[in-house]
Amino acid sequence: MCKDCGCSLTRPSHDEHSHNHDHHTHGDLHSNPQLNDKKTLAVIHKILDKNDIEAAHNREHFAANGVTAFNLMSSPGSGKTSLLEHLHEYTELKYAVIEGDLETSRDADRLKAKGIDAYQIQTGSACHLDAFMVHGALHHVELKDLDICFVENVGNLVCPASYDVGAHLNVVMISVPEGDDKVEKYPVMFRRADLVLITKCDLLPHFDFSVAEIRAQVNKLNPNVEVLEVSIKDGESMTQLAHWFNTHLKGA
Amino acid sequence: MHQIESSIVTALPIKYAGTTAMHEYSIVGALIAQCEQHALENKAYSIARVVIKIGVMSGVEPELLKTAFETFKLDGICNNAELEMQIQPLVIHCSDCDALTQLEERNLICPECKSFNTRLTEGEEMLLMQLELETE
Repeated sequence: MCKDCGCSLTRPSHDEHSHNHDHHTHGDLHSNPQLNDKKTLAVIHKILDKNDIEAAHNREHFAANGVTAFNLMSSPGSGKTSLLEHLHEYTELKYAVIEGDLETSRDADRLKAKGIDAYQIQTGSACHLDAFMVHGALHHVELKDLDICFVENVGNLVCPASYDVGAHLNVVMISVPEGDDKVEKYPVMFRRADLVLITKCDLLPHFDFSVAEIRAQVNKLNPNVEVLEVSIKDGESMTQLAHWFNTHLKGA
Repeated sequence: MHQIESSIVTALPIKYAGTTAMHEYSIVGALIAQCEQHALENKAYSIARVVIKIGVMSGVEPELLKTAFETFKLDGICNNAELEMQIQPLVIHCSDCDALTQLEERNLICPECKSFNTRLTEGEEMLLMQLELETE
């Protein structure tokens, strides 16, 4: 046994043989049929398998407490935090928020100021939340009295789409000032949605934004998803949104 | 932790240093960890080839994934590995007319009967398919 590299070769005993580990060459390499054997391994394994297992574990946490989790995803500035600041005025449902941002705890502070329990994850340079980060946060949120736990993802229409964070349903938001071409530009995100929210709809008179265009594009990618128009300044639309959450609870 | 991440970013071409590239780095990290696990289980000392399947709607940009792989592989058992990417187009199954169609466009309406009642069967996956291991 070669004691240096641990391979099962009997080391030749002549002096001129230099055992060069950097190049991993042995004098009798060619004579041993066991050596340098290439083995093809068929695997078929999800690359984000570990994340998916952790996500399932997060869902167990939620289920054990009768909590439904919604993953909120959108560009920065489309109104995720504002929506959550105002939603409590329109529903009896108790909710907490896990916040993801690169820096600051500003969003969590805004929610706490409204009496909503919130925990901030600072991702540093990471552009999305994954199931492990959310799991870490779960231990800082009192789930047992809640109906809903929102995961407010990092503002980004690209990266968060690839990660299951352990929520039950995905809510993807697009605000009127962003333009009605975003569904086509970021199809993967809208494909993942269980609800599409068009936010800041009070601005519709001021922008060339076609709700019909958004609906048509969403329909092509994700035929069964619902599209709701909301504005925090329009109580009726907020009531409608609260109703959607109410009818999509997973049940205790 | 921050130090390590930022040094990786600067090692890449500047156009890849934006935030949108970052999730490909995380994905490659998971991929390499999986390769290392398989190598260990099979007593391999090197990995010659890694074959993955990436759906066109997986949310991953193949070129960025490749760049991330070429950067990250250097420190481990994959350092000589060649990455082969199989790009999987969208395939839908129509629940109304039972047609199975490979799509050219990102439009999940059944091209045969125009139904919306379809299910995406392929095109969103991100899979490790095959490894070529060098064993002793």
